[in-house]
Amino acid sequence: MSPPVAPPGWSRWLVPPAALSVHLSIGQAYAWSVFKPPLESALGLSGTQSALPFQLGIVMLGLSAAFGGTLVERNGPRWAMTVALVCFSSGFLIASLGAATEQYWLIVFGYGFVGGIGLGIGYISPVSTLIKWFPDRPGMATGIAIMGFGGGALIASPWSTQMLKSFGSDSSGIALAFLVHGLTYAVFMSLGVLLVRVPRGEKPVASAPSALDGVQVSARNAVRTPQFWCLWVVLCMNVTAGIGILEKAAPMITDFFAGTSTPVSVSAAAGFVALLSAANMAGRIGWSSTSDLIGRKNIYRVYLGVGALMYALIAWFGDSSKPLFIICALVILSFYGGGFATIPAYLKDLFGSYQVGAIHGRLLTAWSTAGVLGPLIVNWIADHQEAAGKHGSSLYGLSFLIMIGLLAVGFVANELVRPVHVRHHIPAPREAVDVQREQSAP
Amino acid sequence: MSSESSPPRRRGLIAFAWLWVGAPLCYGLYELVLKAKQLFTG
Repeated sequence: MSPPVAPPGWSRWLVPPAALSVHLSIGQAYAWSVFKPPLESALGLSGTQSALPFQLGIVMLGLSAAFGGTLVERNGPRWAMTVALVCFSSGFLIASLGAATEQYWLIVFGYGFVGGIGLGIGYISPVSTLIKWFPDRPGMATGIAIMGFGGGALIASPWSTQMLKSFGSDSSGIALAFLVHGLTYAVFMSLGVLLVRVPRGEKPVASAPSALDGVQVSARNAVRTPQFWCLWVVLCMNVTAGIGILEKAAPMITDFFAGTSTPVSVSAAAGFVALLSAANMAGRIGWSSTSDLIGRKNIYRVYLGVGALMYALIAWFGDSSKPLFIICALVILSFYGGGFATIPAYLKDLFGSYQVGAIHGRLLTAWSTAGVLGPLIVNWIADHQEAAGKHGSSLYGLSFLIMIGLLAVGFVANELVRPVHVRHHIPAPREAVDVQREQSAP
Repeated sequence: MSSESSPPRRRGLIAFAWLWVGAPLCYGLYELVLKAKQLFTG
């Protein structure tokens, strides 16, 4: 499938909704927990078993983004969005068959394996195209799409809950819900497939950088540069710090203020989790757009430096101020979202837009690593502190100090980022070099 | 800048596309606000 080139007059503002239609769909993955209790009771599964489709899906997201990135660059965004649509929707349909026949392995294979490929290819599908359409505002453009991934769970969570209420929580009700999800997402994502276009040969914006800037690095070369691995550490540390709070948000705020005069109820803790999701989403579009104004390196200085300061404030003031705890957690989560959304633009600054989607796919392995690391640190330490007889805010003090250390490591890695050495660049076309020489001549 | 100022015939398509993705997102945000309110009232 050749990349669909935009006809004359095609607006670039049609590309973000195309990207959003994919990201809002695949973001459903983070609402998988809605299906866990019904699956456990209908199929007699344990909590670990019911989480397996989601976990496999996230593993497949990382793998398909890392290994499928080059294919996405070669075949274009329409091919990638079509693959994402087919895999993600088929995943639900196979899972529906699994629930109807009470075959657990079909749910794992369908949602986790097949659907997971759709997650990974879908996640990176619009990145390169958006950056090419918005070379003047790459942070804002990728921020809109990646905000959609956060927004997908906000839509799916109440929608899926309502559907299970209507269809019932037995195996046939779950099967019907999966079926409706698969068909609806297929229709919804088709907008992206139909609308997405790559820009014509001319630059969409007069002031945009181009190949004349000289920085165009292939995905194969990019992973051999220290810059790639510095950004890998930056992303991994930033995500670990965010997940550290996100993963245990409800029990954390409850434990934190349990011994105070203003304890937090279960419903208030749920409200806190919802507010964190809002901060996560707002950070994706807000901070990523800000990076277009103040620069990528500076915005990561803020994410990592101010993020460490926020953790220090929580650790220092402990349970003495609930508003302070909430504000600091919201800021940290906004940086978590911002870190995800800004990284494609940072990659574009360093490696050019030539294979930025494929490079982004490879960098997402940092996300997978952080997804294991963050919860592991917080849960392991909290369990050990509890076993040692500690309670309240002291359960998390050590975790927060570790998070500060990790953010400091990320801060140093960000400081080490330098322009990519010219030996990694793709040689510029002869005519481009000639034009560049003419322009730079006195 | 050709791409920034789209011809009038594309405006309907742009509005439709943004509505397509905006409507479910607004629903999600509305549900989120309802839940988030519990932090202050719960």
